[in-house]
Amino acid sequence: MDLLVETFFNLAIMREALPLLLRGVLTTLALCAVVIPLGFAGGLVLAVLGTTRSRWKRFLLACWIDFFRAVPPLVLLIFVHSGLPFAGIELTAFAAVAVAFLLNNSAYYAEIVRAGIESIGRGQREAARSTGLTATQTLTWVVLPQAVRNVLPDLLSNTIEVVKLTSIASVVALPELLYAADMARSVTYNASPIVLAAGFYLLLLWPVVRLLSRLEHRIAG
Amino acid sequence: MSEPGANGDYILEARGLRKSFGDLEVLKGVDFRVRSGELVFVIGPSGSGKSTLLRCFNRLEEPSAGSVVVHGVDLMARSTDINAMRRRIGMVFQSFNLYPHLRVRSNVTLALRRVLRKPRVEADRIAEAALARVGLADKADAYPSELSGGQQQRVAIARALALEPQLVLFDEPTSALDPELVGSVLTVMRDLRAAGMTMVVVSHEMRFAREAADRVVFMDDGCIVEEGSPEEIFERPRSPRLREFVAEVTR
Repeated sequence: MDLLVETFFNLAIMREALPLLLRGVLTTLALCAVVIPLGFAGGLVLAVLGTTRSRWKRFLLACWIDFFRAVPPLVLLIFVHSGLPFAGIELTAFAAVAVAFLLNNSAYYAEIVRAGIESIGRGQREAARSTGLTATQTLTWVVLPQAVRNVLPDLLSNTIEVVKLTSIASVVALPELLYAADMARSVTYNASPIVLAAGFYLLLLWPVVRLLSRLEHRIAG
Repeated sequence: MSEPGANGDYILEARGLRKSFGDLEVLKGVDFRVRSGELVFVIGPSGSGKSTLLRCFNRLEEPSAGSVVVHGVDLMARSTDINAMRRRIGMVFQSFNLYPHLRVRSNVTLALRRVLRKPRVEADRIAEAALARVGLADKADAYPSELSGGQQQRVAIARALALEPQLVLFDEPTSALDPELVGSVLTVMRDLRAAGMTMVVVSHEMRFAREAADRVVFMDDGCIVEEGSPEEIFERPRSPRLREFVAEVTR
């Protein structure tokens, strides 16, 4: 029992690792602050492009989205970070993560927003167009606000996944939370920093998970 | 039918309108004219093409052939700004189609602000005047879901009126309403007519048609079968199909 506490819940080691991990938390937050808005914006753009009447444009878009949903994000990240330099494109670790996440997340966000757009009845569009709004104005002021609201739980749920996924940035040596924790582990020869990192993720995400389940209840109820 | 003295007599003039959905021809060459200040009722069995006809008048439905001229402007012409024309043609839908995420006031001001670029204060003032006209001045801050069907439809009418249209199209405006709520909507339409608004109404409210319409148009199977004054249509139907229809709806 002591050994268990010593190995996983060693407070002295946690205290020692804390400054490093806090810096990791900040990097994770910075990463989220970039990849979430970027991914969502990308998803909106893809979903809006998907409302085109042109069949082949829709087909190309579907291929794009399917591709980036099918490629494992870790493969994508390593390709962008370590593969592209072979073509002379060198990105910083942060930029590589941002690009890989944009490609991956926007595909997921796009699918969610598309479902939202499809949930809005034709009548809404017709009412807006009958008062002289253009197609773009109709989308901006009538369709998208309702569409996003209708799929808010799914958007939030996807966002939670994105936050968790930022931990893969550790493989390209971006010192986010997991990377910091693993570094602390290797320096202290103790697993407690990893447990502490898990605690930080929990702290970060638990309020969002609560919010999500409240939203889901409100919509179900 | 009497010939027009001048083209300007008609606020809406459609000629040879055809509309097909795939192999199904819903409109088979319809001519339709409305004078300024006229209330024209379009009746007919379901599937006769009357709603499609109405929706061609602001090109929510794209006619397969034919012309629509509103206030002297050819809606089908390439050079026509259809969005600008639609502002002058109000439309009221069977299912109201209010924007559920916006308050009643914003439902009315959306086009004023985003299309006409009116400042908020002015748009709000216009909206409140339009809402007062339909008897809902006190509901400006409500959301559509907080209103009865009749109230929602009156908001939809206010939304159309706020743009000061020269013509308002009503697509079965009372069909989705509980019977006890129909009256309030018809009252608003009566007031509009008294104020000289030009209206084309697709509806099954035959009593209202008799009482308020200047002219009644009977459609069946994508064609206009008969048209005339309410008395002519309801008391002295000439074609067997209209006779049958009138017997059915007045039973």
